[in-house]
Amino acid sequence: MKKNSLSITAVSALILAMLAVSCSKNSGSAAPAPSGGNPSSGQILINGAGSTLDYPAFTKWFEVYAAMDTNVQFNYQSLGSGAGQKQLLNQTVDFGASDAPMTDASMAGAPGKILHLPIVGGGVAIVYNLPGDPKLKLDGATLAEIYLGTITKWNDPKIVALNQGVNLPDLSIIPVHRSDGSGTSFIFTDYLSAVNDIWANSVKKGASVKWPAGVGIGAKGSEGVTGQVRQLPGAIGYAEVAYADQNKIPYAAIKNAAGQFVLPTPDSVSAALATATIPDDFRFSIVNAPGDKTYPIAGPSWVLIYQKQNGDRGKHLVAFLKWAITDGQKISQTLDYAPLPDALQQRELKLLDTVTY
Amino acid sequence: MNAAEATVTKAVPGMKRAIPRVSRFGDRAFQWLTLIMAFSIFVLIVLIGFELFYGARPALEKFGWRFLVSSTWDPVNDVFGALPYIYGTVVTSAIALLIAVPLSISTAIFLTELAPLWLRQPLVIFIELLAAIPSVILGFWGFYVMVPWLHDHIYPVLRSGLGFLPFFRGSDNGPCILSAGIILSIMIIPIITSVSREILRSVPGLQREAAYALGATRWEVTRIAVLSYAKRGLFGAVILGLGRALGETMAVTMLIGNAPYVGTSVFAAGQTLASVIANEFTEATDNLYSSALFEIGLVLLGVTLVVNALARLLLLTFAGPSVKPQQ
Repeated sequence: MKKNSLSITAVSALILAMLAVSCSKNSGSAAPAPSGGNPSSGQILINGAGSTLDYPAFTKWFEVYAAMDTNVQFNYQSLGSGAGQKQLLNQTVDFGASDAPMTDASMAGAPGKILHLPIVGGGVAIVYNLPGDPKLKLDGATLAEIYLGTITKWNDPKIVALNQGVNLPDLSIIPVHRSDGSGTSFIFTDYLSAVNDIWANSVKKGASVKWPAGVGIGAKGSEGVTGQVRQLPGAIGYAEVAYADQNKIPYAAIKNAAGQFVLPTPDSVSAALATATIPDDFRFSIVNAPGDKTYPIAGPSWVLIYQKQNGDRGKHLVAFLKWAITDGQKISQTLDYAPLPDALQQRELKLLDTVTY
Repeated sequence: MNAAEATVTKAVPGMKRAIPRVSRFGDRAFQWLTLIMAFSIFVLIVLIGFELFYGARPALEKFGWRFLVSSTWDPVNDVFGALPYIYGTVVTSAIALLIAVPLSISTAIFLTELAPLWLRQPLVIFIELLAAIPSVILGFWGFYVMVPWLHDHIYPVLRSGLGFLPFFRGSDNGPCILSAGIILSIMIIPIITSVSREILRSVPGLQREAAYALGATRWEVTRIAVLSYAKRGLFGAVILGLGRALGETMAVTMLIGNAPYVGTSVFAAGQTLASVIANEFTEATDNLYSSALFEIGLVLLGVTLVVNALARLLLLTFAGPSVKPQQ
């Protein structure tokens, strides 16, 4: 018996020791200092994380840029905008990417000044499933009422009035929204807040919001929303244009601030980027932007970096960003992203010149 | 099972004597090693619980007990309550059990008592195959095949036939609490069936022979000699299934419609504790928000523990003299 209890003490001591080791390891990894540095090949590894929306653009850019600067290698984890912001704040990455600008509150917790750089523009398409796939026109007020649950049928007079000559069925509308937190939801709710006071005062805007109770269903991811809309006659949803195109779901022309009905295309989103009023810190919204050719439900996606960069790594990162903002835009355009207008590109280059090393 | 355990304990003293003295160090080392392994599970659970608690602290401090009874989940205004998710988790699991338990136990009875021998093995293989299907695949299948079919053919029938009950009224979406419950039942059927089958197989043949000798029919033999003898074990099998149903995430997220709901309709879109974590943790930028998600994890752990504890209590009430296995 005595021997037994002795061995138990020994074992528990061992476990405690293991625990202590694992705990200290844990606190070590929580400390800052982005990993990377110079591996044996002599290459600099630059780490980024964030928005899933930007991921295809980054992948393509890294591939092309690799030939232009062989000293640097990029690594991007598409974990979502929230994770991108969090990892930048924890200094576990060199740059973050986000579909929503950081709030003052979260930037207050940062160890240094953070710069917002719009990197691509994206439009959010309003997709729907109606018998016969008619071409629909919608406006912001109607969309808000659909998602608030006050318009419930496709043959509601307000929808009929916008679509003269289209045969709209007596079918219940099933609004589908993103169930996961998402930059697409941010742009969509930002737009509804801009065009509808009830929305602006109750639901407000955010990557995840409290959707009006009992209205419609939530689906995970843009592919979930488009899949759900395709399954359910009468459903309406919102998704990045690329997803709507890939899934061959019809999407609506939306009435913009100038009263024109416009489809989401790289050009109409770029037009919105060009006419929107953009402040110097680049935290802005382009929903419901003025101008005849602008698509109203659109937003930029941002790269987030610290103004104080870390020597050589920082210089390589800034060089890459300068390239992505200018020449890189032609490449991202082939992937359905809206290119940044020239004037905005020039302003961003100026901001990048303020980076210190 | 109990019988098997008994043989093992009886055999041990004899085995000890048979082992030569030289290997005593190896024996002790082996004992320590297994002890460490067993302990590490305990430590792991405590650590996970502690981490969840630590992460959830801001939300715990801000909302206290209101977190469990509030229905508001509003990340924009930083107000969080878990009631709809607790409700969704419990109701989908209950629906899953309601469907899976009769099906699984009948299957297990058929397999051990009634099926011709040549049919037993192939059936067992199929059930184990069902258990091996990853939940995301079941989710895909549910999303593209099962839910549209249910929505077009089964739900309208339920609505018109049983619409006088409050459960079968309300919205008409396809993805809903009932759809999630049905996919969960498909996922837990193989677990409950295989464990029940093992339990029923371990019922001593003597029990059956005695019942037959008393002139019992096949049904009476199954009911008196087999089922009542195996009651506790079967209950344990159901609890194993329930454990999986409570925590299942992927397939449920794909089929439940993801809208917080507390009410009577099973056709309404709902949400579970596991699905809200899977849905929202990537974009939880705000401290209180991510801490509320940690607390959801803590609640899920709590719900699982409470359900298991209740099940064990219920098990104790079963332990009448008629059921106690004779040694």
